[in-house]
Amino acid sequence: MTAPLIEAQSLRMEYRVGRGQVLRALDGVSLAVRPGEVLGLVGESGCGKSTLGRCLLRLARPTAGRVVFDGTDITALPERTLRPLRQGMQMVFQDSYASLNPRRRIGDLIAEPLRVHRDGQGRRRTAADIAARLAELMDLVGLPQAALARYPHEFSGGQRQRINIARALALSPRLVVADEPVSALDVSIQAQIVNLFMDLRDRLGLTYVFVAHDLAVVRQISTRVAVMYLGAIVELGDADTVLHRPAHPYTAALIAAVPEPVVLPDGDRAPPLRGDVPSPIAPPPGCRFHTRCPSAQDRCRTDPPALRDPGDGRQVACHFPLTGG
Amino acid sequence: MTTALTPSSPSVSARASAGPWRTAARVLVRHRGAMVSLAVLALVTVACLLAPVYADDVAHTDPFTSNVAGTVMLDGRQVDIMQPNDNPLHLGLSPIGPTWRMAAYPLGADSQGRDVAARLLYGGRNSLLIAFSAAALCIMVAACVGIVAGYAGGVVDAVLSRMMDIMWAVPVYLFAISLSIVTVSQGLRIGPFTVASDNLLIPICIIALVYVPYAARPVRGRVMTLRRSEFVTAARGLGVPGHRIVLRDILPNVTGTLVVLAPLMTALALMAESALSFLSIGVQAPAASWGTIIQDGEGLIYTRPMVAVAPGLAIIVVVLALNILGDGMRDALDVRDGDRGRG
Repeated sequence: MTAPLIEAQSLRMEYRVGRGQVLRALDGVSLAVRPGEVLGLVGESGCGKSTLGRCLLRLARPTAGRVVFDGTDITALPERTLRPLRQGMQMVFQDSYASLNPRRRIGDLIAEPLRVHRDGQGRRRTAADIAARLAELMDLVGLPQAALARYPHEFSGGQRQRINIARALALSPRLVVADEPVSALDVSIQAQIVNLFMDLRDRLGLTYVFVAHDLAVVRQISTRVAVMYLGAIVELGDADTVLHRPAHPYTAALIAAVPEPVVLPDGDRAPPLRGDVPSPIAPPPGCRFHTRCPSAQDRCRTDPPALRDPGDGRQVACHFPLTGG
Repeated sequence: MTTALTPSSPSVSARASAGPWRTAARVLVRHRGAMVSLAVLALVTVACLLAPVYADDVAHTDPFTSNVAGTVMLDGRQVDIMQPNDNPLHLGLSPIGPTWRMAAYPLGADSQGRDVAARLLYGGRNSLLIAFSAAALCIMVAACVGIVAGYAGGVVDAVLSRMMDIMWAVPVYLFAISLSIVTVSQGLRIGPFTVASDNLLIPICIIALVYVPYAARPVRGRVMTLRRSEFVTAARGLGVPGHRIVLRDILPNVTGTLVVLAPLMTALALMAESALSFLSIGVQAPAASWGTIIQDGEGLIYTRPMVAVAPGLAIIVVVLALNILGDGMRDALDVRDGDRGRG
């Protein structure tokens, strides 16, 4: 098995929220992404999946645990040392408008990483190098060259997301963390952008961590899937296994909640979830999902389940997984 | 899939687009009030700059020396500038009133027989110079303080913000008056540099200083919002160093705030300057400013009201114009959010 490109080890992220209360956005998350994989990170909003994405790229500094990128522990690196490593790991944000400085032209925005970092030979890139690279990137993401002279507000959401992707790819990174990159787009545009992501992965051999709450999108792009609930991973495994034969009741409920054009036989569909996600400031004891779980038993209320392999290569944090065992 | 590589809509034309500043300028040009204000300000400024031309070549008068024994040609007659008083007792002398003739004391004379019109123009030079310089200095300092406090956060922000709060707690005029009294009576000595008490740098620096908190606070607020904005996070993720983020991502988005503040701060500075000069702790005699002329006119307010009214009107007109211009500039610079395309 190849060494992971990026690895999270027991990541914890806590925020003080006043009056001595602590919000635990990540509670001991471990995962590894190997080169060429697309890890889909799913869960309801507030489950910590965006925080995890930001911690992986050290845009946020985890409270505890380690982040290892390409064999280097980047958890505590000062920004100055981290900067050269950032060339290898890039982010695409959800809000395509907010992530582009409205006062700068597209060409200027995409050129910024090229100006800041030196090229492979340790030299500053010349204006001609940068112009050539910009032209290449525009072709890569399917935008006309004329777009370089324009401002962000002159584009549609889909076009702006292409601009964000072009900027993220400017330094030829190996890892791209995409934080809900299509959830703010129209459905018809979503498909185009997801296709662009898949096409770029094939062409450039990229590795993705793809954060999303839309299972349909995750199913389309992911090779592996991690399902998060209240700051912890509850199920992690191959996309086919997890999405077609979910072992965790929460995964099953998420899949059942996807509106399907094909009507499933009633027996195959998990019952819808009741209630709201508990507050991450005071997570329930035992299994964090027991308050909403249709198959919760006494043990679930006191004994937190660890992630373990039910026998088919995936990992599930459940005392009573639905399949396998 | 190759279809994914075609643009989602072919709306990108080849023409390079106007930047946010040019877009704002276009809106400002259509703002009639702002344009009239700009014209008025330009007119007043040019008139004041031409003060020596008026004094030397039109009125042939020296507005800085006492001229109580002087005369002026009016309708072919030599007329005394200081005339017998027209009160019932005919006690004392009154300066000549407005003649409305360009070359001959159009606004009358003050108690020392000096041409009020010429002094008004010379005074305007000082008033406007101090107002514009103080506003510029104030905004530059406030921008530095606001950006550093807003971007650094933490202890740096706490220290700077508390300093601003303390200055804010002292009434502006009281603060300015205290500082002025000290510096005007003794001049200012900083190490090897001595600033004479009649140097205009003194009122400029004092006025700039006392208004720094007023300008720094909105800048800090804006920077704090920007620091948390996604495009700054994106820049960090791209490996852009902090100083470059401040210069290339933060500053361009703060300049709008600074530009909108400029006319407002100029108006405030002009009023502060007039107040200090009126109290004789701003511009020092024999130099003039609109504030000192109002003071000159104070004693003549019942007999020759024009001496005080003329500079008062000048202040009102300029402050009003600056405020209307500021409104127009705010409208013009806010539109960027209006054409924010979605979808």
